[in-house]
Amino acid sequence: MKIHLWLNEREITREIDADLPLLEFVRSEGCYSVKRGCETSNCGLCTVWMDGRPVLSCSVLTARAEGTHITTLEGVRERAEAFGAFLAKQGGEQCGFCNPGFIMNVLAMEDELTNPSDEDIREYLAGNLCRCSGYESQMRAIKEYLRSRKDELPLNGETE
Amino acid sequence: MLRINEYRRVESLEEAYGLNQKKNNKIIAGGVWLKIGDRRLGTGIDLSGLSLDYITETDDVFMIGAMAVLRDIETHPGLLAYTDGAVKESIRHIVGVQFRNCATIGGSIYGRFGFSDVLTLFLAMDAEVELYEGGMVPLKEFVHMPYDNDILVALHVKKKPIHIVYKSQRNTATDFPVAACAVSEYDGKLHVSVGARPARAELLEIASDAMPGTEDGIRAFAEELAGQFVFGSNRRAGAEYRRHVTGVLLARALRELAGQKQHERRNGEMK
Repeated sequence: MKIHLWLNEREITREIDADLPLLEFVRSEGCYSVKRGCETSNCGLCTVWMDGRPVLSCSVLTARAEGTHITTLEGVRERAEAFGAFLAKQGGEQCGFCNPGFIMNVLAMEDELTNPSDEDIREYLAGNLCRCSGYESQMRAIKEYLRSRKDELPLNGETE
Repeated sequence: MLRINEYRRVESLEEAYGLNQKKNNKIIAGGVWLKIGDRRLGTGIDLSGLSLDYITETDDVFMIGAMAVLRDIETHPGLLAYTDGAVKESIRHIVGVQFRNCATIGGSIYGRFGFSDVLTLFLAMDAEVELYEGGMVPLKEFVHMPYDNDILVALHVKKKPIHIVYKSQRNTATDFPVAACAVSEYDGKLHVSVGARPARAELLEIASDAMPGTEDGIRAFAEELAGQFVFGSNRRAGAEYRRHVTGVLLARALRELAGQKQHERRNGEMK
C-alpha cells in the first residue's frame, strides 16, 4: 500500500506492507536513533512524535501515520544536543541506550507542561525505562535544563 | 507478532461494519493490545478517518468518541472536574504518556480487559456504549456481553450530581493493576466497581444509606463488599491477596467519598 507523510519535515511517499510498524519504517529511512527496547510497549525507547505528540513507534502502524508529521530525534537535533549537555553534566548519560526515546519525551514534556512539579515530571516520564541510573541524575538534569530555559541561560549544561 | 494482509482506512461506519463481519478482519483501535499478540488479520480496519476522536460535553452528557485517546481523557478539564480527578487517577498509571497517546477509549472499553482501569472507572458512572448496530447499551450490560462483530462508536456518560473515587494497586509502577476499584454515589445509590480480579470488572449497587458512619464500620463494610466479588489468580497476584488489597482500597475510597460529601456540605454547594 502507498503511504504519504512527512518525516522530520521531509515529504515522502513510499510503498509499504500493511503491517509495517512505524519503528521499522523510520529506521528504513535512516532514523537510527529509534530503537526497539522491549516487545511489550513498555520501555519508551521507540518514542517519536506524531503531529507533535509522543507515541510508541513500535505500536503504531506506518499505515496509521498517513498524512501526519513524524518527528524523530534526528529532527530535533539542536534541542536534543542542548538537553543532552545537561544530561551528561549530571551523569545521566550512562549506557545511553534509553536516551533517544527519553530525550524525545523530555522535549515533548517541555512543550506540553508549564512549570511541571517533580511529581508531574516523574509521571510524564514513567513510560521511559532506564536500567542504569535510578533516575536521580536524569531528574537533576531535567530540572536544571527547564530552569535554564526559563531563565534563558546558555544551553551548554552550565548553569552557574 | 501482528500480521495484516490489507489495511483499510474506512470512509464510513457502514463500510467498517461490513468489513468487520468477516471473522479474520478486525478493527485496529490504538493497536497497543493487538500488536503484542500473535495474530494474522485479513483486513485491519482503521476508524481514524471518521473523526471519532472527540470528547463533547453538554449540560447532560459527556460523549467520548471511540478513537479518543486515553491521554485526552485524563487531561479533559470537564471530565476532571466532573469526577473530582478520579478520571486522571484511573489513567495516569497506565504505562506512560506515549502509550496513552496511542490507546483509545474504544479499544479499552470494547476489549473489556480483565486488567482495565478505564472500564473499572466508567462502570461506576451512569455510562452507555453507543454501538453501530446495537444502539445504546448500558455499560453495566455491555460488560457481560460476549464479543461480537458490532462497532463501538462512542461512550456516553450521563452527568449527574456524583461523588466518585478511584483506587488501584500495582506490583510495580506502570504495570497492570493487581487490584482496582471505583466507588461512586449518585441516584441515591453506592456504585462499587471492582476490576483487575483479574477478570472483567464487576459492579455492585447498594442503597446509599448502607454507608456506615464510623471508621470501624467502613472497614468492615469494605471487607464485606470485597467478599462479594470473585477473584482469580495469575502470575501477578493470588485471589486471596487481590481480595485483601481490594478490601483495603475500598475502605480508602469510601473514606474519601465520605470526605468529599462532608466537604461539599461544609461549602453548602452541590455539584
